[in-house]
Amino acid sequence: MIGTVRSLLSGAILSGTPLLYATLAEVVSERAGIVNLGLEGVMLMGAVVGFITMVQTGSAAAALVAGALAGALFNLLFAFVVITRRANQLASGLALLFCGVGLSALIGSPYIGSRVAGLPEIRIPGLAELPLVGGVFFQHDGLVYASGPIAVLVWWVLFHTRWGLHLRAVGENPTAAFAAGKSPAALQFQALFIAGLLGGIAGVHLSLGPAKTWAEWMTAGRGFIAVALVIFSKWHPLRAIGGALVFGGAISLQLQLQALGVPVSPFLLDMLPYLLSLALLAAWGGARRHAAPGSLGRVFQRSD
Amino acid sequence: MRPKHLGTGRTLLAVFVSLLLALAVGGPDAAAQPSLKVGIIHLGSINDAGYNQAHAEGVQIMKRNLPGVEVIQVENVPEGADAERVMENMIRQGARLIIAASFGYLEPALRVAQKYPDVKFVHPGGYKRAPNLTTYWASTPEAFYLMGIAAGRTTKTNKLGYVVALPISFFLANVNAFELGARSVNPKAETRVVFTGGFLDPAKEAAAAGALLEQGVDVLGVIVDSPITVVQAAEKRNAYSVGYHYIGAQKFAPKGWISGIAFTWGELYTRFAKQVMDGTWKSENILGGLGDDYLTIAPFGPAVPPEAVKLVNTRKSELVSGKLQVFQGPLRDNKGVERVKAGEVFPLTELRKMDWLVEGVVGQAR
Repeated sequence: MIGTVRSLLSGAILSGTPLLYATLAEVVSERAGIVNLGLEGVMLMGAVVGFITMVQTGSAAAALVAGALAGALFNLLFAFVVITRRANQLASGLALLFCGVGLSALIGSPYIGSRVAGLPEIRIPGLAELPLVGGVFFQHDGLVYASGPIAVLVWWVLFHTRWGLHLRAVGENPTAAFAAGKSPAALQFQALFIAGLLGGIAGVHLSLGPAKTWAEWMTAGRGFIAVALVIFSKWHPLRAIGGALVFGGAISLQLQLQALGVPVSPFLLDMLPYLLSLALLAAWGGARRHAAPGSLGRVFQRSD
Repeated sequence: MRPKHLGTGRTLLAVFVSLLLALAVGGPDAAAQPSLKVGIIHLGSINDAGYNQAHAEGVQIMKRNLPGVEVIQVENVPEGADAERVMENMIRQGARLIIAASFGYLEPALRVAQKYPDVKFVHPGGYKRAPNLTTYWASTPEAFYLMGIAAGRTTKTNKLGYVVALPISFFLANVNAFELGARSVNPKAETRVVFTGGFLDPAKEAAAAGALLEQGVDVLGVIVDSPITVVQAAEKRNAYSVGYHYIGAQKFAPKGWISGIAFTWGELYTRFAKQVMDGTWKSENILGGLGDDYLTIAPFGPAVPPEAVKLVNTRKSELVSGKLQVFQGPLRDNKGVERVKAGEVFPLTELRKMDWLVEGVVGQAR
């Protein structure tokens, strides 16, 4: 029993980590007024470039940097289309997704079946040996430990710095921000660069975390789950931690129940995370109507 | 400046060499060799370290065996109208044999086959045929039974685990065969099965492997597109592993590798191509198994006791000769319902109807 609970918690943390990075990416993007449905493509670019870098150099640090930058650069392509060219964000996002799926498959295909060490597991001395909780909380790769502090950092930057204030102003009302002397386009470019870094990191954790492999479209819908988790967490970086853990926990729980041999249909269990999301959205639906950034998804037209 | 005549000389030399080459290639030798264009379409990428790669490697071996054969290969073709267009395009380019290498290509291949009666088609796993369409497959439960014997003799906890994409009948049959093999040598062996809901989600496969290992499972098998993630997860936790689709997976688990099952289509494809060239090709339903050259058992790892390897070989010859049957009654499912009566055998040709998990498997078939 204790083993099952431990496994459930550590599974929740591992499954939740890439979701948290991806959700933070979308929070930053949407706070700047831009919906990015192509996040999954960004994650795939991070996953494949991180994996290839690890195969080539053997360095997890180099893989992380390369994967994050690949995500950021790929997201700048989206930024150019939706900010500079003012294209429709939903259509461009979907185009970015399929572009990312194809491009990552193309550059990743020679590396399928390559062997990598993956992200090294860091045991926190003194804590990892603790009975019961040691293995659950203090025996993970570095990206797991960093995810919480990075969520706090994103929250602090968005809500406690001038830059964050300006960014949110652009997301609420770009015309007012423009009138106040801020360049909405410049801020949005910066936001999408940061979102790309975070999306790339999410991808690196998918390919170099527990899975240690590259496979085409290995994100398997997590980019879209992250877009839903943003709504779930009311566009707030700290609530995103809870959202990612609840969803990661639901994935972990259904696998755990199967391994235990609980007599419930595997089809039903596979729906569990999504049923849970629907239930939570239904329960809190009305309360989040006003949480969305005011100009989310709108194209800012400078009137000059 | 370079003297001009040297350049001209080189050009002449190049023309001369090309003429010689043309004579050598297109000379009487080449004309005497029968030639054939073969088209193959894949659902996924041909280096997926899994299902598609096995077919692609089969075609490469066919090419090596028959130098007169030319191959047109297209990857990532969606099942449906796209597949039909690609096949017709291959036929227009001169293909006379089409390998429609995914289960979902059956209907498109049947439609194209009707339009082009002179072109031969082969389809893996199909349940319908045409005068110019052959179906072929290798039945896997016997091989899984042998894996079960090796796993049942290797396990220390008597708990075996399987990470499986979806609860479809062929996969249920494989897991059942694995458990029956394990129980034949180890009455205490149980197999826990976790379905991931998809063929390709490595992060979830890793989580499923973790959940099974936490329950005390010390042998992990896998039925998804690529075995790499699960085999690595087992190795990391000092557990044993059984691969599928990709024999090369052994390099990911040098310590814990038990064995694996893979399809090796090369010789069968060579026979198909030869038959088309010499006119002996005919429409058949080929269901092979352990005794055929297109189902291969990977080398056993160091963890498997030598007497277990010997036993596997004995059982293998008994299965091939028909002396031993995998689904020999009496068999009950894991809910206690009798599924195969004493003295009866569940035939390997009826696997489509196997919608239950055998006694000893912990898991839900539906």
